[in-house]
Amino acid sequence: MKVSSRQVDGVVIVDLSGRITLGEGSVVLRDTVRELLNKGQKKILLNLAEVTYIDSSGIGELVSAYTSVRNQSGDLKLLNLTKKVHDLLQITKLYTVFDVPESEAAAVASLK
Amino acid sequence: MTADRVSYTLESTLESVNWAERMAERFAAQSGLEDDDLQEFAMAVREATINAVLHGNAYDRHKTVQVTFARESGTLEVTVRDQGKGFDVASVPDPLAPENLLKQSGRGIFLIRTYMDDVRFRNLSPGTEMVLVKRVRGKAAGKEKEQS
Repeated sequence: MKVSSRQVDGVVIVDLSGRITLGEGSVVLRDTVRELLNKGQKKILLNLAEVTYIDSSGIGELVSAYTSVRNQSGDLKLLNLTKKVHDLLQITKLYTVFDVPESEAAAVASLK
Repeated sequence: MTADRVSYTLESTLESVNWAERMAERFAAQSGLEDDDLQEFAMAVREATINAVLHGNAYDRHKTVQVTFARESGTLEVTVRDQGKGFDVASVPDPLAPENLLKQSGRGIFLIRTYMDDVRFRNLSPGTEMVLVKRVRGKAAGKEKEQS
């Protein structure tokens, strides 16, 4: 999995691409979020547009990222879910947990 | 891999999980599954292999995982066996329960059950056997027939 991040109006947008799976993407995602929190960056938007696959470990890592950020009084939202990822969050009932704004602009505005 | 039954003995490693997933994709494609059905089949096999490697054998390189793909009329069956301590499937918490929604783990078996038509567990003492059954429907059923 590849990760890059950028800042827009105080919000960190993390662009992820590839697979978030056991031992691969999961570790990268965990380290990325941990590093952001260590820097005090607590408004995080995960852009999943280029994420092609998530397994149960990857789902767990998204949940863990969400709870870690919330536990530090921050907020983490998801953006640009593919149909596959959307369906996965639906069947695991996590679509009710994560906020998934319609657009990047709306997401940044809601996190500012 | 064109046989109606093929079995692999794998090390308890992450590479084995990825490999089993690729074999599942190939087997599903040869059996006529397409698109969502193919991806769901492969994901269920991946999750079952994760269960065996991680929770069953706990990455112990002295223990192996056996994955068997079998094709019978109208049905694809995958058997995944580990050599771990075994577990009581009834004790696995419901990942959809509100109190479990934010837990990091515990969704693998739920996903397998969602994507397969039937899932059976057997205690091997030691080890666990998981049998995943996918019924082949529609256009795929015709292709599966041509394969046999």
